[in-house]
Amino acid sequence: MNAANLKESEADCLLRPGNTNCGGCGMSAGLSMLGRALAEETYSLVIPACCGIVAAGAFPTTAYSVPVVASTFGSAPAYASGVAAVNELNRDEAAKPKHVICWAGDGGTYDIGIATLSAAAERNENLIYICYDNEIYGNTGGQRSSATPTAAKTTTTPAGKHENKKDIIGILAAHQVPYAATLSLAHPEDFQRKIKQALSLNGFRFFLIHAPCPTGWKTEPSESIELVSLAVRSGVFPLYEVFDGVDYRINAEPDGTDPAEYYRKQRRFSGQEIDLGKAKNSIDKRMKRLHQLAEMSKSG
Amino acid sequence: MMNMQLVTGNHAAGHAMSLAGEANRSARGAVCGIYPITPQTEIVEYVARFPFSKGKVIPVESEHSAMGVCIGGALNGARSFTASSSNGLAYMAENVMVAAFYRLPIVMAAVNRTLGPPWNIWADQGDSLMFRDFAWIQFYCDTSQDVADTSMLAFRVAEDPRILLPVMVCMDAFIVSHTSMEIELATQEQADEFLPPCEVPHCIDFNHPVTIGGMTFAQDTLTHRVDLDEAIRRVPAVLEEHRAEFRKVFGRDVAGALESYRTEDADRIFVASGSISTTLKDLIDEWRAKGEKVGMIRIKLFRPFPCEEFVRMCGKVRKIGVLDRNYSAGTGGIFWQEVRACMQGQGDRLIQGYLTGVTGGDVVPSTVDEVLADLSQRSEAGEPVWKGIDQ
Repeated sequence: MNAANLKESEADCLLRPGNTNCGGCGMSAGLSMLGRALAEETYSLVIPACCGIVAAGAFPTTAYSVPVVASTFGSAPAYASGVAAVNELNRDEAAKPKHVICWAGDGGTYDIGIATLSAAAERNENLIYICYDNEIYGNTGGQRSSATPTAAKTTTTPAGKHENKKDIIGILAAHQVPYAATLSLAHPEDFQRKIKQALSLNGFRFFLIHAPCPTGWKTEPSESIELVSLAVRSGVFPLYEVFDGVDYRINAEPDGTDPAEYYRKQRRFSGQEIDLGKAKNSIDKRMKRLHQLAEMSKSG
Repeated sequence: MMNMQLVTGNHAAGHAMSLAGEANRSARGAVCGIYPITPQTEIVEYVARFPFSKGKVIPVESEHSAMGVCIGGALNGARSFTASSSNGLAYMAENVMVAAFYRLPIVMAAVNRTLGPPWNIWADQGDSLMFRDFAWIQFYCDTSQDVADTSMLAFRVAEDPRILLPVMVCMDAFIVSHTSMEIELATQEQADEFLPPCEVPHCIDFNHPVTIGGMTFAQDTLTHRVDLDEAIRRVPAVLEEHRAEFRKVFGRDVAGALESYRTEDADRIFVASGSISTTLKDLIDEWRAKGEKVGMIRIKLFRPFPCEEFVRMCGKVRKIGVLDRNYSAGTGGIFWQEVRACMQGQGDRLIQGYLTGVTGGDVVPSTVDEVLADLSQRSEAGEPVWKGIDQ
């Protein structure tokens, strides 16, 4: 982050002050970081039903400083494909391109929007799709999604979720999209670099942001950044990027932090026995696999 | 300059919509989301192979996304259109509603096919009629020529700044969609002359960034709905202006909201829509030849329902028979209900409903003949009469 970015006026912020988002909201922090990364760019947002569109506030005001189109819950990549197509048809070669960015929660990405997302990825639409993953249907008060991690309590899994979290980056990589990467709010330089990386490419680009929801996770708002930091350090949320679905690069190695530290700070994991051994085992397995993929990418 | 060709209703719709899309090359271009379903598939195939000089056709994974692409395209200022049928329309429903509520001039060809299950690909208007309360303008066409001309006219009406609403151009499955007849097709020059550049005044504007579709409270939402209601009520008058323009450019008439046939001195009027009205016309001629004073009104514009004009056309005729190729379970034909509501307070009328060709059965001349005979002998209206059920 350079000095010029720090001097941004309130009106230039992507998400302006005065929005009604909760304290400690990971989505809000993500929007701030995104706005800084895109400060020099021209772009519009397509936002399906989620806290992201509620964040705009009530008509006729909006908290967003760029054009925003609200889409139906499962439709963001379809609306965005239409918007991007018109941009392409009216491209001014002398001017910078106009980017189209989908900003969606995990419900809109992993669940109701997965078919539309898959189709837009397969067509390699010229879009940037960002999923802020709070691992819950936050806007409706905290129900399970297929992004909810094992053992987390939600209003629809009161005894904790039994199933695994979907591997959405794996799904996108399987579409061989030009770029798919994870982003952490605790790693702002990595965040900025990867957004710039995406801007240098064309076609479908996907990001996954680990986005704490203090209301749904039953955590302290002031600990949100510490939580996502712990998630990277313990390997719960690895930072990596995948080019063309095959070229894997790990961006931050876990430092040996015990995942238990991450779980114990969140009351969504309390009240049931988390099998920490099993959790650690699955984290290790995934990191091992990511390392194998990264090694293969180097040699390939 | 006559461009006569032997084509189907599907070809007519695909051709007209594609020319309309191409005509917008001087503005923001054309963008279509497309997805196949029998019996409209040929329409989106036509659009997919059309050599647009400034257009993009996106073959998506569902009807829901097909309309989604059209919404995104229109919100960025493009002319957008698509086609669907039956369960495809049902699957698309959520975004169909958005197109109207976002006031987008999208045009959609709807080939009327029976909703499943049980699965049946034949003609029934129940699919598009499920959207009668979705604020779409709806035209029901009777022939391929009507489809071709109405598809072109639809863009003028939809994009009129006084309207800004989507338009559905409906035709009966197979009877119109797949049956070839010799019709006059528009040329690109005519389309260019007839259609001004598409302007969506509330499209994405980087100089004036707004959030389209954010939250509103009840009062602002109500204002939105009242605006929308006022816009759709302007359609019958605005339609007449554009029909006059159509006549100038194409040198022929295109039917408007209603079409009356031999109603002047009629003492019985039969009301129909779509292809049934063409069969009905023949039977009216036969009965007229026998000295029977029968006439017909074809309902082409169903939303908004052209009530004033309908009442005027009916005059003092007491007996009105309505033929519906659709039905609302437990109630009867949807056009019949609409006619009854429209004629409320118009004196003593006998308005009888007939369910003809519902779920795709053939409506042959003998069926229509029975309907004419039934109404003629009636002294009072009764429950809707089902035709075509095996006894």
